[in-house]
Amino acid sequence: MDDLMLNSQQHAKLATKAVSLYYGSFQALRNVTIEIPECNITAIIGPSGCGKSSLLRLFNRMNDQIPGVRVEGKVLLDGSSIYEKDTDVVLLRKRVGMVFQKPNPFPMSIYDNITFGPRRHGITHKEELAEIVERTLNQVALWQEVKHKLKQSAFALSGGQQQRLCIARAMAISPSILLMDEPASALDPISTAKVEELIRQLKKDYTVIIVTHNMQQAARVSDKTAYFYLGEMIEYGETKKIFTNPEKESTQKYITGRFG
Amino acid sequence: MVKFVESELEMLKKEILDMCQLVSNLMELACDAILTLNKEEAQLVIMREKRVNAFELKIDSDVEDIIALYNPVAIDLRFVLAMLKINTNLERIGDFAESMGRFVINYPSDTLNDELIKELRLNEMMTEVQSMLFNVQDALIKEKSDLAISVFQQDNTVDEIDKAVLPIIANHIEKHPEDLRACLPLANVFRKLERSGDHVNNIAEEIIFYLDAKVLKHNKSGKSAPSVE
Repeated sequence: MDDLMLNSQQHAKLATKAVSLYYGSFQALRNVTIEIPECNITAIIGPSGCGKSSLLRLFNRMNDQIPGVRVEGKVLLDGSSIYEKDTDVVLLRKRVGMVFQKPNPFPMSIYDNITFGPRRHGITHKEELAEIVERTLNQVALWQEVKHKLKQSAFALSGGQQQRLCIARAMAISPSILLMDEPASALDPISTAKVEELIRQLKKDYTVIIVTHNMQQAARVSDKTAYFYLGEMIEYGETKKIFTNPEKESTQKYITGRFG
Repeated sequence: MVKFVESELEMLKKEILDMCQLVSNLMELACDAILTLNKEEAQLVIMREKRVNAFELKIDSDVEDIIALYNPVAIDLRFVLAMLKINTNLERIGDFAESMGRFVINYPSDTLNDELIKELRLNEMMTEVQSMLFNVQDALIKEKSDLAISVFQQDNTVDEIDKAVLPIIANHIEKHPEDLRACLPLANVFRKLERSGDHVNNIAEEIIFYLDAKVLKHNKSGKSAPSVE
């Protein structure tokens, strides 16, 4: 049975209730109800165009940027709707960080990449900023590699290092949630392994949602997995269950590669 | 490989070693129960064998999870496959120990015929099987093929002792037909020990498969002179 509703010991950090999302007349998400537990890693899998990234962008209202977008239903963060008229979207995006598929460091130094967000949110004290830089770069296991060259351009880093820098940058504003949209798909296997190890570490302090087309990655890193198809959530459950004995035939077909 | 996957594999190895120890202890207890015809010890063997069964199911489930979630390849795949098969072999040895416990419960006399037991080399066979179990456990802990290889010669000894059992027992029954009811189940004990030896042999083969990627199953010549690459 899909555990759409968490057991009493798990707190839902994020939730959707009967959410449908439209891009103009195209319905990208259909009546999705899901609870994302706190300090867990939840993977969203499914074929291209199934609504994975659309779901992810619901949680920090990145979809707002797209003309003609419409959301029905409720999206809740800590039990409160984030689609109210008076929702502070800037504050929302401080609480809900995002990492994208292609590493996108800002065209500035490593140091300035990390401090950009905190500075925008009012932190100006040099020592405090330096502490944030060291702490977040340590958290992503990059500090030892870059501590002697913080003033260098972020573009001088390798792809894998750039992606870890972007994760550190997202963490610098102390979000409680991290959204990751295929964070390792542009990386080589060694960098991917480092990013996956990092993601597993992050769940101690953050609620992580990762969209990935790499099913093995979803199986390796996540606690729960949701399978989407044509905008609908087909199955959601413990990752172990999804990958050993899924409830739905459609899920089984997808994860065994018999899809299509 | 990512650390969390490595830690899952280490946990599986620990489970197999724990299972190995459990079965070793069970076999030792069963052997002692037979030599002393101690029915209390025999009952203990029968009870504890249930733990072996439960452990087997858990390990099977853990292996399934590892394969499903982590897609092990190369040496890690060989490791996981080997552990799966070792698990099954250990469970069978547990079954044999339980059967030996039942022999003691059902034995129709209070004493064993010491002379017959000596002729049959029961002590030696028991010692050999227990030593084989220790050696495969050691081979897995230290990840050394040569320790696993040493078990093959020991199994030859076990087989040699077993081959002589039926003629000796037949001869004894001819001379002492009143001992028929006691001797027949005794023959079964040797059978169980011989089968246990076979299963420990299988475990040794799986360890070599894991460590050296050599398949020694059904390959007698490979066992007598295996080369480690």
